[in-house]
Amino acid sequence: MESKQLYHRGYCRNSYNSIASASSDEELLDGAGVIMDFHTTEDDNLLDGDAASPGSNYAMSNGGGAASSSTHLLDFLEEPIPGVGTYDDFHTIDWVREKCKDRERHRKINSKKKESAWEFTKSLYDAWSGWLVILSFKLQCITFGALAGLIDIAADWMNDLKEGVCLSAMWFNHEQCCWTSNETTFAERDKCPQWKSWAELILGQAEGPGSYIMNYFMYIYWALSFAFLAVCLVKVFAPYACGSGIPEIKTILSGFIIRGYLGKWTLMIKTITLVLAVASGLSLGKEGPLVHVACCCGNIFSYLFPKYSKNEAKKREVLSAASAAGVSVAFGAPIGGVLFSLEEVSYYFPLKTLWRSFFAALVAAFVLRSINPFGNSRLVLFYVEYHTPWYLFELIPFILLGVFGGLWGAFFIRANISWCRRRKSTRFGKYPVLEVILVAAITAVVAFPNPYTRQNTSELIKELFTDCGPLESSQLCQYRSQMNGSKAFSDNPNRPSGPGVYAAIWQLCLALIFKIIMTIFTFGLKVPSGLFIPSMAIGAIAGRIVGIAMEQLAYYHHDWFLFKEWCEVGADCITPGLYAMVGAAACLGGVTRMTVSLVVIVFELTGGLEYIVPLMAAVMTSKWVGDAFGREGIYEAHIRLNGYPFLDAKEEFTHTTLAREVMRPRRSDPPLAVLTQDDLTVEELQGVINETSYNGFPVIVSKESQRLVGFALRRDITIALENARRKQEGILLNSRVYFTQHAPTLPADSPRPLKLRSILDMSPFTVTDHTPMEIVVDIFRKLGLRQCLVTHNGRLLGIITKKDILRHMAQMANQDPESIMFN
Amino acid sequence: MSFNRERPWTFIVAAFVIFFLLDAVEAKNFEDVRCKCICPPYRNITGHIYNRNVSQKDCNCLHVVEPMPVPGHDVEAYCLLCECKYEERSSNTIKVTIIIYLSVVGALLLYMLFLLLVDPLIRKHDSYTQPLHNEEDSEEMRQQVDSSQARGNTVLERVEGAQQRWKKQVQEQRKTVFDRHKMLS
Repeated sequence: MESKQLYHRGYCRNSYNSIASASSDEELLDGAGVIMDFHTTEDDNLLDGDAASPGSNYAMSNGGGAASSSTHLLDFLEEPIPGVGTYDDFHTIDWVREKCKDRERHRKINSKKKESAWEFTKSLYDAWSGWLVILSFKLQCITFGALAGLIDIAADWMNDLKEGVCLSAMWFNHEQCCWTSNETTFAERDKCPQWKSWAELILGQAEGPGSYIMNYFMYIYWALSFAFLAVCLVKVFAPYACGSGIPEIKTILSGFIIRGYLGKWTLMIKTITLVLAVASGLSLGKEGPLVHVACCCGNIFSYLFPKYSKNEAKKREVLSAASAAGVSVAFGAPIGGVLFSLEEVSYYFPLKTLWRSFFAALVAAFVLRSINPFGNSRLVLFYVEYHTPWYLFELIPFILLGVFGGLWGAFFIRANISWCRRRKSTRFGKYPVLEVILVAAITAVVAFPNPYTRQNTSELIKELFTDCGPLESSQLCQYRSQMNGSKAFSDNPNRPSGPGVYAAIWQLCLALIFKIIMTIFTFGLKVPSGLFIPSMAIGAIAGRIVGIAMEQLAYYHHDWFLFKEWCEVGADCITPGLYAMVGAAACLGGVTRMTVSLVVIVFELTGGLEYIVPLMAAVMTSKWVGDAFGREGIYEAHIRLNGYPFLDAKEEFTHTTLAREVMRPRRSDPPLAVLTQDDLTVEELQGVINETSYNGFPVIVSKESQRLVGFALRRDITIALENARRKQEGILLNSRVYFTQHAPTLPADSPRPLKLRSILDMSPFTVTDHTPMEIVVDIFRKLGLRQCLVTHNGRLLGIITKKDILRHMAQMANQDPESIMFN
Repeated sequence: MSFNRERPWTFIVAAFVIFFLLDAVEAKNFEDVRCKCICPPYRNITGHIYNRNVSQKDCNCLHVVEPMPVPGHDVEAYCLLCECKYEERSSNTIKVTIIIYLSVVGALLLYMLFLLLVDPLIRKHDSYTQPLHNEEDSEEMRQQVDSSQARGNTVLERVEGAQQRWKKQVQEQRKTVFDRHKMLS
């Protein structure tokens, strides 16, 4: 019997004949004309029969496979039951089954190609659907690019609405309002007559304490109303729109069903409230939620193609590509987006998907570029150009920044998770609206006095990244000037800092503390909230401070041996903007534990190949330091907090347990709920289904022999029974249910039996009870199984589900195994 | 993930309409290009910003900086320091985007208020006025009304049914996220 199962599996995997084309020996023997009545013989005879003719079986699987499969295909088509093969909400998909289904569909179309012209057209359509998908990708990316542009423009406008309004054209933000202004001096570069602050409008005066208080008040008022509106919309229309969405997308891509999570309402509300949340000044970014928005777009467009909408595994390929487009557009880094999808989000990533992701990223980025939301004809929000080289000794501060990033990441994950756990488990989580309002109020009150926290976070990052040139007028660049000649500007040497820089450093330090604290409490609020921008801001602030400190050190101690060699007096050797960039990458790396994709994203932001080594050094250090305190990134931590059934491919399983110890039922449990292949009645079957809550039942030959026939899913059985009750006549409660090819011999007066063979998975995965768990975990990861049956000497012993494996892993890691929710 | 078959088309059409609307109105506006030159302080002249509407190939210091603050022999040195940037924008895209955004938010707000305030009142109202109303009507009248209602109902009822189903879904989501804290916390 063991050999029989092995043979089944080999058959399914090698010749890709699926469940429906019925790889059972019996049928193959039927096809060859060897008629053996197995249904009346005993099980042992069956075994004998198998053992007696192994050669013929194998020969037929190679030679006669096509003929037999086509006859059984028709057999399958006789009773297609609508709904079979779909999944319930919060259930795990079976990748193997889905992939088998797709191949079956493909084969069916191919084999029917020659029958009629219509079938031929259908097959052409299927073959072309690969190209059509690209077309739809284009549509999808165009839609998504347009949405991203909308988010950018609207968020900029609303952000500036907190401070004032453009009188001549209400829809312009501050910068656009002053587009044609003729204010010529540096001091007044941000002022123009059309742009009115609220104090000017209400009180009629632009200066003085009264107007400051008025502006302060209006700032808080707008921040609160935006936050309130955002959380209300989320709560009323689409609760799934809150949070960053990346942990959930990861779980969905690993094969989990969350209905409505990628729906149209989620898409709309997330787009709308994302703008509001960013504009409310909360310490959050829009990059993470954009990935979710992109996946919603991908999901909605996949409904155009039955090939993708009906197959969960194929749909996930589209979603992987969509998530790549999300990051590409968010950062304007097409290659970085593809790598992000590969490294962080995707679970199953064939090369075809890589290519599609690349294409999706390209189109989405192109559309965004044509909308030009930043007004600088560039994709990138913070485009910087450095021309100065870096020196070897600078690696020390870069690595220090990496250490800071790792520490911050580890601290943030700990603090945020414990705060979220408190929200999840205590009464405090019952007031989500109040919480958002409170956090927004505190943020607004504290943020307004400090110019670095008052402004938009992405603008802050941009300012910190930008190097001080002669054209910059920000406070950060108020060095004690050496304005006696044009020479000073041509090569921009390191200069002593002026009072402006000292003030700026103080403000930056305060901003750093503020951002660190607020981000911990903000991530996880019930509004769309991303983590990239706040993390990068923290890193950029820290990096800039370190950069300025290094610069001053180099200026005042240019005779140190380190600086002596590289930094001559009057020559430029330290670029504070580069430090800010490295710091941002390090902090983001510490929080998310990304490496390659992060470096590529930052590299694409700056467009300078020469800074790749500092970035790599900092990101790698931050990953090492972060991993020393806890191996998981923020997304994995949130997945674990919520108990999603996510089997991480990165983690290693090193324990020496055996399949027997993990499988259900345990020693003390009642025996496994099983179905027998031909002596159950409809009533008994319903009884089994009603009494248990299992999601699938192994089908065995008989109670005595316990030999495995196949596996039937609970959902499929319920649908099939419901369908039979409605459509087929003569099915009563005491009708016999059989999973075999031919109906069992019954007494003459018994009602018509019900055949359920079409819902039976005849090639379930089995392992023996002595298989080490390392191998079982590997099988689950690599093939994406949902469950696996355990046998002993060919007899069915138990079952291991994905959830059992996750529980076991949690137990081995000394965590609470009951934290794994869902099925 | 629950989505009817024909819905995506409406969505795509809407997206395309918006997209082409954005494109169509994107006629080059007079004010939508600028050449901005930033000139840093030089000798005893403070820094200046010059802003003019010229074509891209004319976007350099010599064409834009007017009047030239330095005497003729210094112009070259002064212009070397200046940085000129040619920028384009589409004010119509911005305008349309903001208007679309605000109208969507407005519509959602109204619908939210409707769902929270008016809808419960209507439902309560309906349940006891409906039978009374039916009794008063004569037989033919009711038939007429019924037939007209039935025709209206096919659309209205479908919308109503879809709305009810959607409400139930959102209710379920709300329970999962806000009450049971099963997800997204």
